[in-house]
Amino acid sequence: MTSFALPSLHLALDLGAVLLLALGLKGLSKVRTARGANGLAAVALALAVLGLLLEQGLTGWAWMLLGLVVGGGAGALVAYRVPMTSMPEVVALFNGCGGMSSLLVALGAAALPAAGSRAPLDRLELVSVVVSVLVGAITFSGSLVAMAKLQEWLATPGWTQRPARHAVNLALAAAALACGLAWPMGWLAAPLALAGLTAASLLLGIGLTLPIGGADMPVVISLLNSYSGVAAAAAGFVVGSQLLIVAGAMVGAAGLILTQVMCTAMNRSLPSVLFGGALGASGSGGGSPAGGGDGSYSSITSCSPEECALALEAAERVVFVPGYGLAVAQAQHSLKELARLLETAGIEVAYAIHPVAGRMPGHMNVLLAEADVPYEQLIEMEAINPDFPRTDVVIVLGANDVVNPDAKTDPASPLYGMPVLEVDQARSVFVVKRSLGAGYSGIRNGLFELPHTSMVFGDAKAVLQQLTTELRSLGVGKVPAAAGR
Amino acid sequence: MSEALWVLLLGSLLGLELIGKVPPTLHTPLMSGANAISGITLLAALALITQAPTAALQLVGAVALGFALFNVVGGFLVTDRMLAMFRRRGTS
Repeated sequence: MTSFALPSLHLALDLGAVLLLALGLKGLSKVRTARGANGLAAVALALAVLGLLLEQGLTGWAWMLLGLVVGGGAGALVAYRVPMTSMPEVVALFNGCGGMSSLLVALGAAALPAAGSRAPLDRLELVSVVVSVLVGAITFSGSLVAMAKLQEWLATPGWTQRPARHAVNLALAAAALACGLAWPMGWLAAPLALAGLTAASLLLGIGLTLPIGGADMPVVISLLNSYSGVAAAAAGFVVGSQLLIVAGAMVGAAGLILTQVMCTAMNRSLPSVLFGGALGASGSGGGSPAGGGDGSYSSITSCSPEECALALEAAERVVFVPGYGLAVAQAQHSLKELARLLETAGIEVAYAIHPVAGRMPGHMNVLLAEADVPYEQLIEMEAINPDFPRTDVVIVLGANDVVNPDAKTDPASPLYGMPVLEVDQARSVFVVKRSLGAGYSGIRNGLFELPHTSMVFGDAKAVLQQLTTELRSLGVGKVPAAAGR
Repeated sequence: MSEALWVLLLGSLLGLELIGKVPPTLHTPLMSGANAISGITLLAALALITQAPTAALQLVGAVALGFALFNVVGGFLVTDRMLAMFRRRGTS
C-alpha cells in the first residue's frame, strides 16, 4: 500500500512544483505579478523538497540539517545585508554557488558505484556527469571572476586582451574534454581523470571571463545564470530526477533569452561580448591618448554648483540622468530632495533611464525605487529621447557611456551604434562627475567637449546638496512653503 | 532513459516560450529569481546524502546542499527585496 501511495504523492508534488515554477518564471517578467511569482517559485522548491523527503526518508538528516543551517543561513544573511548598489555582484555570487553545487553532486554520484551503493553509470549518465562538472565549474569560477570585477577587486589585465588567450582557452577546453573522455574509457584512474576535468573546467571559466570588460559583465552574469540551469539539468540526468531536468532546462533556456534581450539593449552581439575582449581596450589601455582617458579632452567648460543652480532656477523642464556613480555616492535621496524642491517651484522634472544604466539592466530602477522616486517620473530611453530638444537643463549624475553622443556620430568610437540618451539635444547639459577620468568602460565621451555642456566636478551627493541649498537661498519653492507652514 | 531526453527538450522549449518580452526594469530581478530556481540541485544533494555509504560522501553531499541552499534562500530573498520596492512605489 504505502509503496504505491508514497511515490504517487511524490509525483503529484513534483508535477505541482513544475507547474508553479513555470508560472513563477512567467510572472517574473511582468511588473505587477513579479513579487508573487517569486514567492510561487519558492513554494515550488519547497514542495519538491517535501516530495523527495517523503519518498526517500530522512537518512543522513544530521548532514541535511548542517547544509540547511550553514548554507541557508549564510544565504539569508547575505540577502538581507547587501546594499542595493551591490546587487549584481551578489547575484553572481549566488549563481556561482549553484554551479558549485551541481559540480559536487555530479562528483559524488560518480563515486557511488565504486562504493557499492549504486549500479554502474550508463552511457547517458556518464556524459551527464562530465557535462555537470564542466558546466558547473565554469559557472562557479566564471561567476566569481564576474563578481570580483563588479566589486572592482579585479581589473581587466592588458595581457588578457592578446589573441593568444583564445589558444589558451581552446587548450583548456581540449584538456577538459580529454579528461572527460579518459574517465569512462578507463585511460586514467577515475579520481585523476575527474580531478583533471574539474581543474581544467575551473581554469576555463576564469580564462573565458577575465578578458571581458566590466561594462559587459551583466551579459556575462546572465549567460552564466543560463549555464547554472544547464548544470542543474545535467545533474538531473545523473541522479535520475525529471524535475531537475525540467527546471534546469527551463532556467537554461529562459536565461539564454534574457541574455539575448540584454545584448539587444546594449547593442552588442553575444559573440562579440564573449570573444571580442574589453570595449575600449584596443588602444594600449587606460590613459593613452588613442584609447581615451584623462589626457584627451581639450575644450572643457567647468562651472560651480552656484552657476548650475541659476540655470535650474530659470528652467521650465529638467531631466536627470542617473548612473552608477549616483548609486555609489548614495545620492538617490539627495536627488529626490532636489527634484521635489524643483517641483514645488513648478518646474517639470523627469528621470531618463537608459536600459543598461547602473551595472545591470534594471539596476537603476531598483536604486531609485529605494529612494521613493515616483514610478511615473522614470522614463525609458525611447520615450524620453524625442523630448530632449524641449528640455532646458539636463543633469547627468555619474552616468557616462549611456549619454555619449559619439555612439551616434563617430564610427571610430567603440560604442558606435549603441542606443544612447540624446542629452546633447537639450539646451544646456551639466555633468556632475568626480574628475575627467574615463567611464567604467574606459571610453572618451564627446559630450564633455560640447559648448553647451558644463562639468560640475565633485561628489554627486555633495553637489546635489549644494544645489538644493543654493536654490533655497534663491527663493525657489518659497511660495508653497509660506502657504504651508 | 530516452524519456529524460524528451523531458529536457520540452523543458527547454517551455523556458524559451515563458520569457518573451521583459521590461528592462525587471531584468535584474528576473535574472536573480531564475538564478534561485537553478539552485534546485539541492534535490540532487539531498539524494546524495541519503544514498552515500561513507561519511566522506555524505560530507560532499552536505557541502553541495549548503552551496545550493545558499543560492536558493539568498536568491529568493534578494529578489523579494528588490521587488518589494516596486510594489511600494506602485501603490503609493
